[in-house]
Amino acid sequence: MTAAGTRWFWYASPQTFYPLAGKMAPAFAIAAVVLAAAGLWVGLFVAPTDAQQGEAYRIIFIHVPAAWMSMFIYVVMAGWAALGLAFNTRLSGMMASALAPTGALFTFIALWTGSLWGKPTWGTYWVWDARLTSELILLFLYLGFMALQAAIDDPRRADRAGALLAIVGVINVPIIYFSVKWWNTLHQGASVSLKSAPTMAATMFAGMILMALAFWMYAIAVTLVRVRCIIAERGA
Amino acid sequence: MFRGLSFALARGEALRVAGANGRGKTSLLRILCGLLVPTAGEVQWKGERIRELREEYSRQLVYLGHAPAVKDDLTAAENLAIACRIAAAPQSPAEIQRALERVEVPAGALLKKLSQGQRRRAALARLALSPSVPLWLLDEPLAALDARAARLIEALIAEHVAGGGLVIYTTHQDARIQGKVIDLDG
Amino acid sequence: MVDALACLLHRDLLLALRNRSDVGTALLFFIIVTTLFPLGIGAEPALLRAIAPGVIWVAALLSSLLSLGRLFAADHADGTLEQMLLGAAPLGAVVAAKAFAHWLVSGLPLVVIAPLIALQYDLPSSLYGALALSLLLGTPVLSLIGAIGAALTLGLRGGGVLLALLVLPLYVPVLIMGAGGVEMAAAGMGAQGHLLLLGAMLVGAAVFAPWAIAAALRIATE
Repeated sequence: MTAAGTRWFWYASPQTFYPLAGKMAPAFAIAAVVLAAAGLWVGLFVAPTDAQQGEAYRIIFIHVPAAWMSMFIYVVMAGWAALGLAFNTRLSGMMASALAPTGALFTFIALWTGSLWGKPTWGTYWVWDARLTSELILLFLYLGFMALQAAIDDPRRADRAGALLAIVGVINVPIIYFSVKWWNTLHQGASVSLKSAPTMAATMFAGMILMALAFWMYAIAVTLVRVRCIIAERGA
Repeated sequence: MFRGLSFALARGEALRVAGANGRGKTSLLRILCGLLVPTAGEVQWKGERIRELREEYSRQLVYLGHAPAVKDDLTAAENLAIACRIAAAPQSPAEIQRALERVEVPAGALLKKLSQGQRRRAALARLALSPSVPLWLLDEPLAALDARAARLIEALIAEHVAGGGLVIYTTHQDARIQGKVIDLDG
Repeated sequence: MVDALACLLHRDLLLALRNRSDVGTALLFFIIVTTLFPLGIGAEPALLRAIAPGVIWVAALLSSLLSLGRLFAADHADGTLEQMLLGAAPLGAVVAAKAFAHWLVSGLPLVVIAPLIALQYDLPSSLYGALALSLLLGTPVLSLIGAIGAALTLGLRGGGVLLALLVLPLYVPVLIMGAGGVEMAAAGMGAQGHLLLLGAMLVGAAVFAPWAIAAALRIATE
């Protein structure tokens, strides 16, 4: 095995990962704060006012990056879960468990900000558009994962059961998304859609990217802290 | 639960696993039949790891756990026939009848109408049909049996061992079966 | 191996037959739920006709959930599940046989009863075919996906509700395609597209779900 290979597996042990995570977390937290400051500055001050929606549209600088992160984290979570099942490493399962609450949080933020956006723009707090509805189902998937792990006392079984659920979920997410989209076009429910975001000026896009990166750094920092808690709890 | 446990068993030998409740007797048996994966160590059958043998290995054993593995809504004969077919060792109705007679259980009554002891014996009747299966793994085979029934089952086990089979069983009580003993209390 | 599977199927059906009340209550639940909607919403015929496919499908989902709890629990409790794990047939085939038996007992009756419910909702009889076909294709998918949840939650406290939380989001595509198909037919646009997609879901589930169910069972019993 190459030197790099052995190093990876060495860090796969919870005991060695614990101090490493402790050292990395603050770095990511600082990156998150810096990026968030930059993103918010762009989003609130630099990006132009939208002709149709006025200032209210600025909430997309939170809404869209949060939605992106909610989906990204689910995929990463399923990835760690698959690794754990395939290689039987304890740390992978812990990482998946540590990611879930953050993913759920971003999903909730996406839903909440989407709702706040809807009210001033279209007069209603909730629209059954394809993306919001899919986000809601994604929230249920996260909560189901967390509930399943909470219901199992044996940590090994909890990790593996959650992993299987996450993998089944990640395979279903595209299917769910496409069927909800199909449902939405057929039923012509709301004539409004949160996709009718203002056409992207370059600055708006830059703002969203910065916020997305900020959320990503935040997610890593928080997950590292959480996984340290899990390691300590299990006395690994 | 336990560590540093190591033993070997040859044909025609019986092994009794003793120990107080909670010491891991059932877990040990489940590890031996492949239902539970040990955190360290391995089980070998005829020199090969059971994890690689899988179905080949399960075909060579009979495992009777704590729970009797019978359905109350079926008759004793139906239960026995199904158990044998699931294990890919189907038996004729005549043989099933004979096995049930040996353990003194009526064949045609629904199990929920029988007593606890009869139900237990109905599950154990499987042993009477498995002389050709080399390895018997029995969890508390004598539990809930009266003295007469216990002797019946002991006779079955002794016959199997005498015929070259292997039996590993757990029990609280002192069984009158010759063989090695492992005590998980020690 | 085929003998072992046929034996399992026969056994599950025999047990269902001897415990007819179990089966009957799930069907009764389906009927009662569909009765609740008009009571809650009002019995205006045009409204009922519009909501019929959705209501029948949601009731089918809930009824399927109700009977899933029993799929592995009884076998797990009395030790027969372990014997299946040690048996001659591969676990994937065993669970497929059990899911099939489950569908025969709890899904197929819904297909048969649905036109009666549709009658109560004043759904035009030309749609009965699409309704029955959508349920015929969709309920096995519900059994298969639900079995994954049943295996994952085997023996856990929080049982049935936890199972519902895990499985209902995964049911959404089946619901959309199933009810949507009937609604398309009602709008005169033909249900073929939806039914074909349902068929594809069935094939996908039949191929992949047994693997997932077997893995979940091993995780739950090791």
